[in-house]
Amino acid sequence: MKNWPLWEVFIRSKNGLHHKHVGSLHATDEKMALENARDVYTRRNEGVSIWVVESKYITASNPEEAGELFEPAQDKVYRHPTFYDLPNELEHI
Amino acid sequence: MENNKLLFDYLLQLGDSSLILGQRLSEWCGHGPILEVDMALTNIALDLLGQTRNYFQYAVEIEGKGRTEDDLAMLRDVSDFKNVLLVEQPNEDFAYTVARQFFFDSFHYLFLSELQHSTNEQLAAIASKSLKEVTYHVRFSSQWVKRLGDGTEESHQKMQNAIDDLWMYVGELCEESELDKIMSKNKIGVDLNKIRPNFYQEINDVLQEATLKIPEDNWNQTGGKNGKHTEHLGFILTEMQWMQRTYPNMEW
Repeated sequence: MKNWPLWEVFIRSKNGLHHKHVGSLHATDEKMALENARDVYTRRNEGVSIWVVESKYITASNPEEAGELFEPAQDKVYRHPTFYDLPNELEHI
Repeated sequence: MENNKLLFDYLLQLGDSSLILGQRLSEWCGHGPILEVDMALTNIALDLLGQTRNYFQYAVEIEGKGRTEDDLAMLRDVSDFKNVLLVEQPNEDFAYTVARQFFFDSFHYLFLSELQHSTNEQLAAIASKSLKEVTYHVRFSSQWVKRLGDGTEESHQKMQNAIDDLWMYVGELCEESELDKIMSKNKIGVDLNKIRPNFYQEINDVLQEATLKIPEDNWNQTGGKNGKHTEHLGFILTEMQWMQRTYPNMEW
């Protein structure tokens, strides 16, 4: 059991929304991973769809490189569409 | 009136098997081999208790004596229970629990598939709601039978032992009691003769895939449906009913 691989679980809470990372679990294969995800993460009606992926297949950015990766975007306010006057009737923007 | 009594007893027969198996499974709570399986087992336990409530609520309604679903669960004694003997067998180890679940789920799935077509609308509705849950139960337990049977030498041996030891309680599932016969005849209940071949076919298929041997037919332990139980049920009820027996009429 100690050498069972780790899986990351993504759940779509309702149709139209995207899958969101909710946590991880151990399982021997993808079938078991899906069932375990169903039992552990959807018992309170959280989802309509599940993705599981073995954690080893996820490539993550290095926290130490956060400076060069993300900071340059911080002072580029002109990349946000905030310079338009929106009519009041427009919702969900 | 007579018909209501028959239906009442039939509802107890169905509800009791779900209740006792649910109680057995809930003993795993906090003790599962891994967290994920711990939760799976208790989820299944909760499904079964939910089904029991549906049967019992309907039962007390047609009985009309002012009893509640809790009275049926907590204030009846061993000989009043009509569950099949399989479900009261102890958890022993994970392989036993899986084997017991696999036999019951395989039966339960076929049973509910038929009960959906009951001429009694309420019963048909309970069946079709429960069937969704049980479809998952079968999937869970048969996959574990395959995994353990076709796993390591040790898991194979443990799974085979469990299958062999519980086999004598399997025959009762499809064996008609007097009540089963009447209820099948009046189209309210399920014709067990009709589902028997499919049941054994299903079990054979899964066990074969799991590289497990199907035990030879031997004599069966039966009597649960008529209130004759193994020594285990008394202990289950002692634990389950303890609170209500010790503090009568207490509520919380």
